[in-house]
Amino acid sequence: MKREVPLIICATVGIVLIFQYFIPAEPFGTLNQVFSDWFQVIGAFAIWLGALNLIKVSGNNVYKKRKDWPYSLLIIISFFVMVIVGFFFSGGRRFQDQGTAFSALYDYVYSPLTSMMFALLAFYVGSASYRAFRARTKEATVLLLAAFFVMLGRVPLGDTLTSWLPNWLHMSNIANWIMNIPNTAGQRAIMIGIALGTVSTSLRLILGIERSYLGGE
Amino acid sequence: MAIENKGFWQKLMTIDRRIIFIFIFVAISVPMFLKIELKIPVSPEVESLYQTISKLPDGAKVLVSLDYDPGSEPELQPMAETFFTYCLQRKFKVIVIGLWPQGAIQAEHARIVAEEKVGRKFEYGVDYINLGYQAGNEMVIQGMGSSIPQTFSVDYFGTPTTSFPIMQGVTNFSNIDYVFNLSAGYPGTVEWVLFAVDRFNVILGAGNTAVQAPQVYPYLGKQLKGILGGMKGGAEFEILTGLKGRAVKYMVGQTFAHTIIVLFILIANIAYFATRGKEKGKTV
Repeated sequence: MKREVPLIICATVGIVLIFQYFIPAEPFGTLNQVFSDWFQVIGAFAIWLGALNLIKVSGNNVYKKRKDWPYSLLIIISFFVMVIVGFFFSGGRRFQDQGTAFSALYDYVYSPLTSMMFALLAFYVGSASYRAFRARTKEATVLLLAAFFVMLGRVPLGDTLTSWLPNWLHMSNIANWIMNIPNTAGQRAIMIGIALGTVSTSLRLILGIERSYLGGE
Repeated sequence: MAIENKGFWQKLMTIDRRIIFIFIFVAISVPMFLKIELKIPVSPEVESLYQTISKLPDGAKVLVSLDYDPGSEPELQPMAETFFTYCLQRKFKVIVIGLWPQGAIQAEHARIVAEEKVGRKFEYGVDYINLGYQAGNEMVIQGMGSSIPQTFSVDYFGTPTTSFPIMQGVTNFSNIDYVFNLSAGYPGTVEWVLFAVDRFNVILGAGNTAVQAPQVYPYLGKQLKGILGGMKGGAEFEILTGLKGRAVKYMVGQTFAHTIIVLFILIANIAYFATRGKEKGKTV
């Protein structure tokens, strides 16, 4: 039963959700709403599960003093600080309100730290571009030229440099052309491939052929 | 002399990354203190988005989904601020949601900036409502297609959604005139296209990070009525709406940074061809 029940649930939900897409009539509308609600409830539980798992994994790292355990300790402290401050130190206001301690932690600690992680990419992208974009082969040359035109075409300098050329040769127009034609063609090819893969995997799941998500063998 | 030359080109090919970091740091930070006006051309995809929202009647109901976190704030927050400012000017009724947990907070930040710019406030529950975050990713969109009040039974602050005047007459997407999505990844614009546009014929416009924008270009046209791609898209939107803000300002830094990176790429390639020529000469 441990395996059969999940398989039946998966098959039923999968089939109903496919049918409701093509048949906009009852009972599929109601079933769609019910399954959507279930999905959201499971999603909310997954957040809890994720939080508990984070505490468990980090707690184990600290307890067993594994490599870099102080970082794990910092995670646990940060987690509880945010939760406790949000629940108990809002000064009678809602924790979401501007000016609360929770809001201050979000604005002055969480937000700058997250932005910093993303901002670091600018430096690594710069360094990686310098090393990677070299015209070693024909393919690499195409990539290099695309990067060159898009990078300059996405900033006003590109158009300034090419302003003496006909309009269609302005850097921004070339960048737009690259984004709209070759990029779109490539993206569509990838999307069609992914869609076919998704359909195939979904059918395998619904029909009970693919059972790896149940765990075990 | 030849040996010295080879050393010079070799050095250019292997510049220490810390030197590149310093150049990029200067390129990004110095322009923040400069007052430079750049002429930013408007791309067709941004023009398309602007045309779509400019045709909406005053008082139209607009749903804004902020699907990003502070990591993408430099690119997406200026778009949110400009969009909210535009909505306030046009007296659109704004319904905010977030498929990312941080979306609701980012919306509140953008709302405050918009209100300061216009000098007038949204009346909460009448002109504006923040429905907050809902777990479930694309299934939230699908649920909204059936019932928005059922999917978001309470707002961001815990008050029942149906008690607000702005939500009167809002059942599902058929009561929404326009959807604007700001997205930094999953769930985001792709999910809005697949689950809201294709299924419920929603009119959708999107603002994306420069990294994500190429992935949503295939939907441009019938499914997606315009894209604001990265900082440049945001700056173009500010120019079209006449609400110049942070994106236009940040474009100076982006211009310098892109120029520096392109120069380093050129240097590396010139050095590469110079050394390759010598290597070929040796082998012959």
